[in-house]
Amino acid sequence: MSAETAAATGQAAAAISRKPQKRGVIADGSTRRSRTVRYILLLFFLLFVLTPVYVVVITSFKTSGDTTAASQWNLPKEWTLEPWRKAWDVLQPYMIRSLSLAIPAAIISSLIGSANGFVLARWRFPGANIVFAFILFGMFIPYQAVMLPLRTTFTELDVTRGVPTLILAHCIYGLPICTLIFRNYYATIVPNEIIESARVDGAGLIQTYLRIILPISISGFVVTLIWQFTSVWNDFLFALFLTQQNNGPVTLGLAALAGGQKVDYAASMAGALITSFPTLLVYILLGRWFIGGLMAGALKG
Amino acid sequence: MHGRIRTWGPGALVLLPTVLLLGYFVYGLIAWSFNTSLTNRHTARKGPADYVGFENYGHLFGEERFINSLKNLGVLTVAFIVGTLIFGLLWALLLEKGVPGESIFRSVYLFPMAISMIASGVVWGWLLNPSQGEDARGLNRLFEILHLNFLENPWWTAGSRWTTMASIALPAVWQLSGYIMALFLAGFRGIPPELREAARVDGASEFKLYRHVLFPQLSPIALSALIILGHMSLKLFDLIYAITGPNQFRTEVPSVYMWNTLLRSDQAKAAAIAIVLLAVVAVLVIPYIAYTVRQENEE
Repeated sequence: MSAETAAATGQAAAAISRKPQKRGVIADGSTRRSRTVRYILLLFFLLFVLTPVYVVVITSFKTSGDTTAASQWNLPKEWTLEPWRKAWDVLQPYMIRSLSLAIPAAIISSLIGSANGFVLARWRFPGANIVFAFILFGMFIPYQAVMLPLRTTFTELDVTRGVPTLILAHCIYGLPICTLIFRNYYATIVPNEIIESARVDGAGLIQTYLRIILPISISGFVVTLIWQFTSVWNDFLFALFLTQQNNGPVTLGLAALAGGQKVDYAASMAGALITSFPTLLVYILLGRWFIGGLMAGALKG
Repeated sequence: MHGRIRTWGPGALVLLPTVLLLGYFVYGLIAWSFNTSLTNRHTARKGPADYVGFENYGHLFGEERFINSLKNLGVLTVAFIVGTLIFGLLWALLLEKGVPGESIFRSVYLFPMAISMIASGVVWGWLLNPSQGEDARGLNRLFEILHLNFLENPWWTAGSRWTTMASIALPAVWQLSGYIMALFLAGFRGIPPELREAARVDGASEFKLYRHVLFPQLSPIALSALIILGHMSLKLFDLIYAITGPNQFRTEVPSVYMWNTLLRSDQAKAAAIAIVLLAVVAVLVIPYIAYTVRQENEE
């Protein structure tokens, strides 16, 4: 948990993808047989992780008569898009709400987090550590402990139910993690000397932030934006407590689609895939930065 | 003095909105919840309520249902942490020396982390179908097909607390093992190669190399992993909600019990449950935050 490990979002992600240096077979300490065993194990676990994916995908293309117990693991007798169409019809309004909620929430908390992180890493003031600990704690609390009065507060403030309520909630409760990620990021990539010399030259906080810090913050922003987008998109707790079916996000829609008395399995599975699509896309395209957020999630990574 | 304020004043000003927001929405609302938990507000009605001291807490700890939810939570947390650490560490060990196609393995192992607990719960709820034999569905059906019938079991619907909560932990392990792998992998790759070389030159066996040289380097990461997993498990809600539905005594944990209590509009009791949950999390997390911040100070 030293500064090096702490550091870093981007850096930790880079550390994972860093290939170990090539060494001789003997120095590597592994024989051909041990490598074969290792490979077989890796493939076995690959199957273990992908098994649910297989059955979800094939089921989502099955006709309603084809989802019997006996044929559950078989390929569809007849491929159909009907479950996808059905799930999409139900989920479409939820998807739109989730998008219009996750994007602004991610942007706002990232911007504030960046400014906070800069101050906590490179423009420190007496007691900055206490403030940092004060902020961090908000990241770990079980939100049940604030949920009831939160609902009352939003009602009293007259915040429109649905998307606006959730944007506000996610911005506020996303501040700790965004602050943390940026603080670690700036502590790694911005040398103190640069800030010092800017200060000597008479640059104030705002000038330093805009001219020196912001231009090199792009990967920090990518990490927090992805992190916030994913956690807002996947959130269920706030959605359940603060919204209803007619104004809630996609997790609420999926829970409704897959719950109830007569569950259409094929449509539920298609729904699970549809609602996971945006975060999976982000993961596939920007996986490296996604890992960066995960690392920061461990405080010091 | 004035000059010093001018240098750090603006920084403090930048943080002020965040501190005020979190001051109200985290600390203020926790205090509010705690206050509610000390009253007899057992209905949805507004207006003043009477203070009853710690009566609600007394009732909770004397209640079979709440004790059951705490026990479930304990078992779930152990099963989840042990499972995730085993898989995560194993995968990291298998990958750390580098194998062809490493990035594919890594991406696949990690991908469930990108999926919502609700989506994964919908899928796993269906995979963990309790029917067996002829009617077997989900994983039990797969075991039938693979002639591994002895593995068939009723999952969370019957049996001991351990088998029940381990069934719930299974999907969570599936989702988060990749995360732990990523943490450990970053740890392994962060160890200077010279350390390994030196140990090998000294003639240390592979086992000794890991046991005495590499693992000790990873202990800070293991601690982080433990705290992260622990607090995730204590707060676990979505997955249980999606797999078993909220109203299942067998799999009820405090976070779910709180929701069920709220559905009956018993605000004081719901607040008390939430505060107990918060206290459990705080015991785990506050020393960790203090330790981390203090350590950084020393550097």
